[in-house]
Amino acid sequence: MPGTIEQSVHIDAPVEIVWRMVSEPDEVVRWFADEIDLRTAPGYRGSMTFHPDAGGTVRVPITVESVEPPRRFTFRWNHPEGTTAGPTNSTFVEFTLTPEDGGTRVRVVETGHDGLGWPRDQQDAFADDHNDGWTTHLARLEQLFVGRSADATR
Amino acid sequence: MDPPMNRDDEQLWAAVAEPGRRRVLDALVGLGEATPTALAREVPFTRQAVSKHLAVLLEAGVVAQRRDGREVRYSVRPDRLEAAARAMSAAATRWNMRLQALKRLAETEHRAQSGESPES
Repeated sequence: MPGTIEQSVHIDAPVEIVWRMVSEPDEVVRWFADEIDLRTAPGYRGSMTFHPDAGGTVRVPITVESVEPPRRFTFRWNHPEGTTAGPTNSTFVEFTLTPEDGGTRVRVVETGHDGLGWPRDQQDAFADDHNDGWTTHLARLEQLFVGRSADATR
Repeated sequence: MDPPMNRDDEQLWAAVAEPGRRRVLDALVGLGEATPTALAREVPFTRQAVSKHLAVLLEAGVVAQRRDGREVRYSVRPDRLEAAARAMSAAATRWNMRLQALKRLAETEHRAQSGESPES
């Protein structure tokens, strides 16, 4: 899918340990963000703060969506400060933990880059685009039938 | 630690990631320079939908426009397309680095709990 980032890693540690690293604020600051305001409760609005090497401070709002210990944790992030996170102003991040080879496979998928950055007056266009999508499907379907009947008359 | 994509990169990426706009971009790359009417012949969208896509692409700076008499012609800005690709691969790299850091921490923690020294 366009606009999707997917990465995974195998960790030689049980799911329970990895879950703690992914979900507990004191652990998350050791590998992800420099400061964090996070509670693993669906709907919780917190933030992550980063100090990039290039200097400065970047504060990123996050909204927790679902928490299913010890397997799945999802949130939306990067929406403008003070706004409610949704598909047109934030991206969706999903962590899944799966036992694998005596350890844990961690997969992270970030989606929704293709829904971002829509100026207000373009949000109608979003709906139109989906209609255009149907036009494409119908055109394909039509081609399929045309192909079939051509075969049949051969 | 590194933050996620900045707003400019996000807008750039949003402009090129949407499947419909990618088709318009592909067609435009093929034609070199084109009017919305010419583009609409290449993609399964109406001229109106093509114009909306072009407006988003123009705002993100991925395409440039030039007035030619009564027509407006569009062309792709390769430098900006490249910047969009770079932004996306940088985002993927950031996730990879975070996961590697997570791996180091969790494995160290696991070894400590199993009673082994971290060096073993």
